[in-house]
Amino acid sequence: MIKIEIQRVCLGYAHKDILHDVSFQVLPGELLGLIGPNGSGKSTIIRALTRIIAPIRGRILLDGKDIAMIPRQELACLLGVVPQLPLLPSAFTAFEVVLMGRNPHLGLFQQESQRELDIAWHAMARTMTQHLAMRRVGELSGGEIQCLLIARVLTQETSAILLDEPTANLDIGRQVEILNLLKNLCRENNLAVLAALHDLNLAAQYCDRLILINDGRVYAQGTPGEVITAQNIKEVYGAEGCVYTHPANGLPAVLINPGNGRTPNLKIKSAHVDV
Amino acid sequence: MSLPPGLSSQTPPSHLVRWHSRIYAIAGLFVLLIVIAALATTIGSVKIPFLTTCQIMLSRLPWLHITPFWPSGVETIVLEIRLPRVILAGLVGAALATAGATYQGLFRNPLADPYLIGVAQGASLGAVIGFLLPATWHGMAAGVIPLFAFTGAIISTAIVYGLARVGKTLPVTTLILAGVALGALLGSIVSYLIISSGEKMHSIIFWLMGSFSLSQWADVRYVLPYVVVGTGVILLYARRLNVMQLDEEQAQQLGINVERLKIVLLVAATLITAAAVSFVGTIGFVGIVIPHAVRLLWGADHRFLLPLSVLTGAIFLILADLIARTVQAPTEIPIGVITAICGAPFFLYLLRRRKRVIF
Repeated sequence: MIKIEIQRVCLGYAHKDILHDVSFQVLPGELLGLIGPNGSGKSTIIRALTRIIAPIRGRILLDGKDIAMIPRQELACLLGVVPQLPLLPSAFTAFEVVLMGRNPHLGLFQQESQRELDIAWHAMARTMTQHLAMRRVGELSGGEIQCLLIARVLTQETSAILLDEPTANLDIGRQVEILNLLKNLCRENNLAVLAALHDLNLAAQYCDRLILINDGRVYAQGTPGEVITAQNIKEVYGAEGCVYTHPANGLPAVLINPGNGRTPNLKIKSAHVDV
Repeated sequence: MSLPPGLSSQTPPSHLVRWHSRIYAIAGLFVLLIVIAALATTIGSVKIPFLTTCQIMLSRLPWLHITPFWPSGVETIVLEIRLPRVILAGLVGAALATAGATYQGLFRNPLADPYLIGVAQGASLGAVIGFLLPATWHGMAAGVIPLFAFTGAIISTAIVYGLARVGKTLPVTTLILAGVALGALLGSIVSYLIISSGEKMHSIIFWLMGSFSLSQWADVRYVLPYVVVGTGVILLYARRLNVMQLDEEQAQQLGINVERLKIVLLVAATLITAAAVSFVGTIGFVGIVIPHAVRLLWGADHRFLLPLSVLTGAIFLILADLIARTVQAPTEIPIGVITAICGAPFFLYLLRRRKRVIF
């Protein structure tokens, strides 16, 4: 059980500020979605949360403790990351890469024991990657690597997980499998999960709350129904869209207008335009 | 993580980690190292039977009581001339191969070798300055050349390190570029000094190409602590070096203090390289090719790559030195020539046979 608090944080690179005065929280047992246009600073927030870059102003707290004060190895036992399109050493096997998730739990004089191998193997079972175990990562597809990285973060056994575009390389079936898995883990183990997502429909379906970032500020936050509105989409993304209500669960669902301003003529019985 | 009950296979198949075959490889290579070292001690211009050589060496062990039946001259050849030479060759081979594997892993660059960041050029310059000193200096202490070479190696690496440092971080690319640039500068100074060195030119060039012909127990005693401590430290960090193969950002997210790791490994690898080259000259090829050969045969996992490189490097350089002193006896061929002539074709054979990604 862990709570992430971002308090009035300003972030940037070499005199160029990316984010101003951003505040939000990720609570235990909550799947929080981070949405916003390209370059709005979603990845920057994730890098700041793992202490790759330090905030210019403001504080990031993990259970009330400033992360700048937490040693790296200890931080990696609390907070795991699935990076976006990372570099992997092509000569290593998939199992070896997943096993690297145990690194923060092992001291200088410790070796991986059977317990470490079991944890990695179970994580691969949950992400349906066991059949890849002996393959070299250089031979794998983008989607397979994405699933391996999720197996690695599960192997890390942290109470908070950050994901940068976890579904970007996945087909629609895998997107649902992975997000179901994350949602279940989040519920069962009371994990605090923060996912940067591009797909507004997936974000609406799976996230408990959403943070919409635009121009370096929190533009809107709240439940998917509060954040995903046609007006917000137009103002933030500059795209014309219609927001419908999902017939199965009442959550918002977005369809874009392909530029000519016509509203698509949907034949879903219970659908009604939400604008 | 709670696990759904009734998951099909709870325990990972043992072949996933390939630990058995790799541990057998380490044990096998260790035995091979002992056998090769004993053989290399037997072979030489004076014919001594293999069993006698073994008995002479074993007679020095305190708990074995072997009565000498051999002439004392033979014992001197084995224990005072050949054995220190074989042991020094093994130590230097182990040091260069380990340092090479460490630099390659740390820089994530298959072209890295122990001399990439200025160690060799610094040692060469130090050694050449040592050679050019007035003869009275050499009378004072026997170890002037190693001392100068070691100092030169450490100073040049320290300069490269200082040049490459940006704030609190040490970007790997900057480090390599600074090393290559300073190496070129020092190398040209060495070339100029060699051209103007007159009658000392031959001995300088012979030193630069590497030789074990002057090896004594004193050399072994100087090199051994560096190699043992440096290699020990590097082996402790093997798992972290694996994680470093991802990239620095992921390594940090997996709990590694990347900047501290770089400093620890650079210092350890540089010290063992400097200690090795100071006594025997800048022997090439071992540091870059042995780690790659080990990767081809046993994989890229540093927990096995490093110990296997220690053993393979030692075996390779003992054999190379054996060839260097026997094929054209009584003339000795510089060992740098042998390492490349014998090592390169074997490596190319491995490279062609195993067509897969190794790095």
